Formats: sequence, C-alpha cells, structure tokens
Amino acid sequence: MSELKRTPLRDFHAAHGARLVDFAGWEMPVQYRSILEEHKAVRRAAGLFDVSHMGEVDVRGPGAAGFLNHLVTNDVSRLFPGRVLYTPMCQPDGGVVDDLLVYMRGADDFFLCINAGNIDKDLAWIHAQAAAFDVKVTDRSADYALLAVQGPSAAAIVQSLTGAKLDLVKYYHFTEATVAGVHCIASRTGYTGEDGFELYHAAGDAVALATALLEAGRPRGLELAGLGARDSLRLEAGYPLYGHELAADISPLTASLGWTVKLDKGVDFVGRAALVVEQESGGARKVVFFRTGDRRIVRAETPVLDSTGAIVGRVLSGTLSPILNEAIGSALVATPAAAGALAVDIRGARIALQPVRPPFVPLRKT
Amino acid sequence: MSNIPADLRYAKTHEWLRRESDGTVTVGITDYAQNSLGDITFVQLPKVGASFRSGEAFGVVESVKAASDLYAPVAGTVVAANATLDGTPETVNRSPFADGWMIRLKPADAAAGGDLLDAAAYGQQVG
Repeated sequence: MSELKRTPLRDFHAAHGARLVDFAGWEMPVQYRSILEEHKAVRRAAGLFDVSHMGEVDVRGPGAAGFLNHLVTNDVSRLFPGRVLYTPMCQPDGGVVDDLLVYMRGADDFFLCINAGNIDKDLAWIHAQAAAFDVKVTDRSADYALLAVQGPSAAAIVQSLTGAKLDLVKYYHFTEATVAGVHCIASRTGYTGEDGFELYHAAGDAVALATALLEAGRPRGLELAGLGARDSLRLEAGYPLYGHELAADISPLTASLGWTVKLDKGVDFVGRAALVVEQESGGARKVVFFRTGDRRIVRAETPVLDSTGAIVGRVLSGTLSPILNEAIGSALVATPAAAGALAVDIRGARIALQPVRPPFVPLRKT
Repeated sequence: MSNIPADLRYAKTHEWLRRESDGTVTVGITDYAQNSLGDITFVQLPKVGASFRSGEAFGVVESVKAASDLYAPVAGTVVAANATLDGTPETVNRSPFADGWMIRLKPADAAAGGDLLDAAAYGQQVG
C-alpha cells in the first residue's frame, strides 16, 4: 500500500480527536465526535472542514477564457472577475471527467478547484485539451490549503476575523481577504447547502487559520466537522459527488444537471455533440433522489427494483438524513421505470423509494 | 481506550453477556464495537420467543458506515428485546453496557458460555 498523503492539518485533526481514514489516497478526518452531531451543528450553527485535499489549478494566458469554454459544459464567458462558476467537464461521449469550480480573477487569469481523487487524471486531461490554446496550466494543489466554514453562523465567524466587507461577497462570488492575518481567497461557496465560505490559503498558514477559526467559532456553535458529515450534508442538499451521481458513464444531463450544460453557448465544447443527442433522445437512464420513511440506510450499489421485482437500476449514494431521521439517497434508473414505483430489498424487507426533488431540507444559502 | 466491565463475559464478535439472577442472560455490544461502528442508526432485533443457536445471527446493527450482524453468544430463547432502540438506536453509542442492551435470552443450557472471554482476555483481543 502506498503511503497516504497528508494535508497540513493532519496533526491538528489528530490532536482534536479525529478518526483518520483513507479518502482517495489522503489521510483525512471522517469524524471527530459523531457524524450525525457534526451534521446537525452545520445546519444549526457552523462547521469547520479541512478540504485541503482538493486540487487547485491556475489557467492563465490570452487563450484562457476560450480554452475553458471549450473544456467545460457551463458558460465561462458569463464570468467576470470575482465570480465563481460550477461546471462539469466532459469526455467526448458526454461522460464526466470531473466537476469543478472555475474562478475568474482577471481577463487572462482563472483558477480551478477540482476533486482530490481526480487531480492526476484531470491535469492530464486539461493539458491534453489545452494544446491548441495559448494558455499556461499549472498545478497549484500542493501550494494551497482549503478550509470550509459552513452554516448559518459561518459568515459572522469569518467576518469576526477580517476587515473585508463580506456582506458584499454574494453567493458564488469571491474576494481576496486577510482572515486572522492569513491571506485568503474567500469564496462564498460550499458543499453543504448552507451559507458559508471556502478559504484558500498558503499551506503553511493552515494551522494558524484553522486555530483562529475554531476559537472564533466555538462561542457561536461551530464544531470541527469531518468528511462523513460533509457527505451527508451534500446528499441532503442534493449535490452530486463525483464517482456517484456524476461519473465517466453518467453525463450531467443524466444527473439532472442540465442547468450546467449550455449547449447554446456559441462555442463547441468537449462532449457537446453527444450531449445534444442525449438531450434530443431524452436519455436512457436518469438519476433520481429518494427518501424511504425508514431508518435502514439504502447503501450504494443496492439494486433498484420496479413493481414486478425486476432490476431497473442501482443506488448511487445513500445515508441517514440526520435532519429527517430517515434514509435518503440517489439512484441511477432506466428512464421508463423512473416514473413508476421503485423499491429496494434490505435484508429481506421490501422498502419503497419515495421520489424527492432535492434539496431534502430547506436550505438557507444566500 | 474502550471500557470493558470486569463482571461481563465477551464473545470474539464483540457481544457482551451478563448473567442475571433469574437465570436469563442479557446481551449487547461492547464499547469497542459501538466506537468502531460509529453513529448507530438502526438496530434490528428478534421477537420474543425466537430461538437461536450459539453463534447464530439474531439481529443487525447499522451505523452510517456499515451494517453488521449480531451473534448470539449462547443458545437460547428471546424473553425480551430492547424496544427503546427502535426510536433511539444512538442509545447503543451512549450506553452500550446499560441502556443500550439488546436482548435477554433464556439459555438452552444454564451452564453454557464457558467458552466466552473474560474482560482481561477480551481486552487483549481489542488491544
């Protein structure tokens, strides 16, 4: 087994009682106290997440904007400096290479945040696609640490540590700010469905920033939160996780992320032709979200059955919603079956899947 | 460090057993087991009257992480199941040796369970 990679906060986590696990080759905190309690703390007040394993990539040069609009499915031409865009990037067949955030810093200066497990694959892909463009692609993943402060109290907590006027930074916007003396890209984004900030900063400053955020946050109800809570929060919000709702064989249209696919943005992009065909044909499969009214977790890869008991799909993600107190999840289902009754078998019990349009809980993001 | 009460007997599969004065035995899972599982979200227990062989699965405990079978440490018939775990399975996390008990068995053989571990031996197993 190869050695696990560590974020600059690995020892900070251990000192705070984290249970450290292998996540995509990284030694990461899955929980500190309790996944369910950390989840509730984020919905109630705030949580502090180390997501320094995420990858960062600079894309610079006169061809940067044109290149990115060729690379991704959403419309990069709509960005302006200080704006963030969520987008998939696709293979020619419409399957997804990764989903990412695109930050526009200046006319020729963009910054990408990509999934930890996909960093090597993405960089190879991005470099290959960039060959025809006047653009310089640089992996910055080792330079940056990333802390996410999420929850209804998150903005007040970050605001207490900076002179920057965070009120002026709207959802999916960012600014450069000094937080607790640490230079940050303060991005009003997140993966929990709550308001909050993601703070990109130099890896060497991570312990100081995490310590300051924890001290400022604790009186306001902030708790350290691990990847376990991050996953249940994102699923409750209805956000896709690469490798589950989005994958090399699950297109953004299949995943009901049509709003991120701008077929008419005026430029050809990787995967467009295949996505046009899928759009017109309706697609053979679709991702659906469900709740069950039962506490038994419907785990990934569980077969999904129609009313006759025939297998019509499989579960992609499943957990217990700590807010609803019942199992929730997503499944990939044959399109004709998706409108009918769906069920799973858990240890001999037939459990109906009740369709839900996410989010599963009311969200308060700005 | 997990808590391992000295007055209980232990199965290698992380169930504990307590002999009650009425001749029944109470069964639950250990502090080590609840801690390894993490947040417990569901406990499936048998009905009163069900019988199990020693080592047979009598139920399931589920956490956010995984679902695990529960094994009868001795053969017997269920005389009680902890109904409070239906609504509050997290009781097992909070109180594995008391409020989080799972079933009470009338052993098929009153002397059974001699092969179970004592606290010292179980402590060695879980390190």
